[in-house]
Amino acid sequence: MAKFAKKKDGDLPAVSTASLPDIVFMLLFFFMTVTTMKDSSLLVENTLPNASEIKKLEKKDRVIYIYVGKPTREYQKVFGTEPKIQLNDKFASIDEVGSYILAERAKKPQELQNVLTTALKVDKNANMGLIADIKQELRKVNALKVNYTTYEGNAFNNLQ
Amino acid sequence: MGRNREVPEINSGSMADIAFLLLIFFLVATTVQNDKGLIRKLPQKQNETLIDINERNVFRVVLNKENQLMVEGELLQIENLEEEVVNFLDNGGETGKCDYCMGSKSKDLSDSPSDAVISFKSDRKALYGKYVEVQDKFTKAYRILRSRESSRLYGMDFKSLEEEYAKPETTQEMREILKERIKTIREMYPMQISESELIFKS
Repeated sequence: MAKFAKKKDGDLPAVSTASLPDIVFMLLFFFMTVTTMKDSSLLVENTLPNASEIKKLEKKDRVIYIYVGKPTREYQKVFGTEPKIQLNDKFASIDEVGSYILAERAKKPQELQNVLTTALKVDKNANMGLIADIKQELRKVNALKVNYTTYEGNAFNNLQ
Repeated sequence: MGRNREVPEINSGSMADIAFLLLIFFLVATTVQNDKGLIRKLPQKQNETLIDINERNVFRVVLNKENQLMVEGELLQIENLEEEVVNFLDNGGETGKCDYCMGSKSKDLSDSPSDAVISFKSDRKALYGKYVEVQDKFTKAYRILRSRESSRLYGMDFKSLEEEYAKPETTQEMREILKERIKTIREMYPMQISESELIFKS
């Protein structure tokens, strides 16, 4: 009569872990799609222009960033809508650019101090006047290598 | 006799571990996409000296506050800019100075690529997007010419020359050769874009 052997009592049924991989995969995909890292939070609008003849900006440790654009909406009440310069995490005026570059340069190791590049991340709707001023400041502190950071794409889309 | 013909089930208990491993890998390895852009070198500070350039060796490009482009005194659509720049650079007006130039040898355009200077002025109210577009066109013109020469001399275009040089698996000797080649090509068409006021002697 022992055709159907009775299960032993007192044995908790194991929780099925079969769906665990699915859950983890879901998490994985979520992170893969969502992750966009930012070094500093942007206070300015920063839609970069497009260009096609571009080079990669390699070696992040050799780059100093300067952001330019008009303040984002939550700052517009205080700072207006004219394009402004953002250095690190705060707005700055044009005369602070030089000292910022020098300060950033001093932070880098000795052997990199001569090979630094300044990446200008400028909104495509900013005025050239401000950029010209920044370039003058950069020349004053001898930071001559610049990179006009752009998106890859057709430059015809720049004026829209 | 019911023989057990079932394929034994694969144990999927470690699937979660594999997925976790992947997850952690992505969490750690995700870096920001590399920034890309146009690379330029600003002139030294004390550059307001007189330069002795012949007028025909200067290619004047002006961007006004309406974002219109004036090239050599005439309004020009930006689509035609790159062609104009190529014509100007590749002119080779002075015989014997540029034997690889294929231009029209016109008297109004540059003597040789090493004499040619592009003077680019932009109004303070012009938009940065337009400025980048113009710079992009300049770069493209130079790239076309450099690629042409490097294909002729070395059988590969300039971009792949540079990429080959940057590859980590390129050997040291190869790198030296490539470096020399890149330098040669660059000297054939040196990028000379001036954004400051050019002051003429005469």
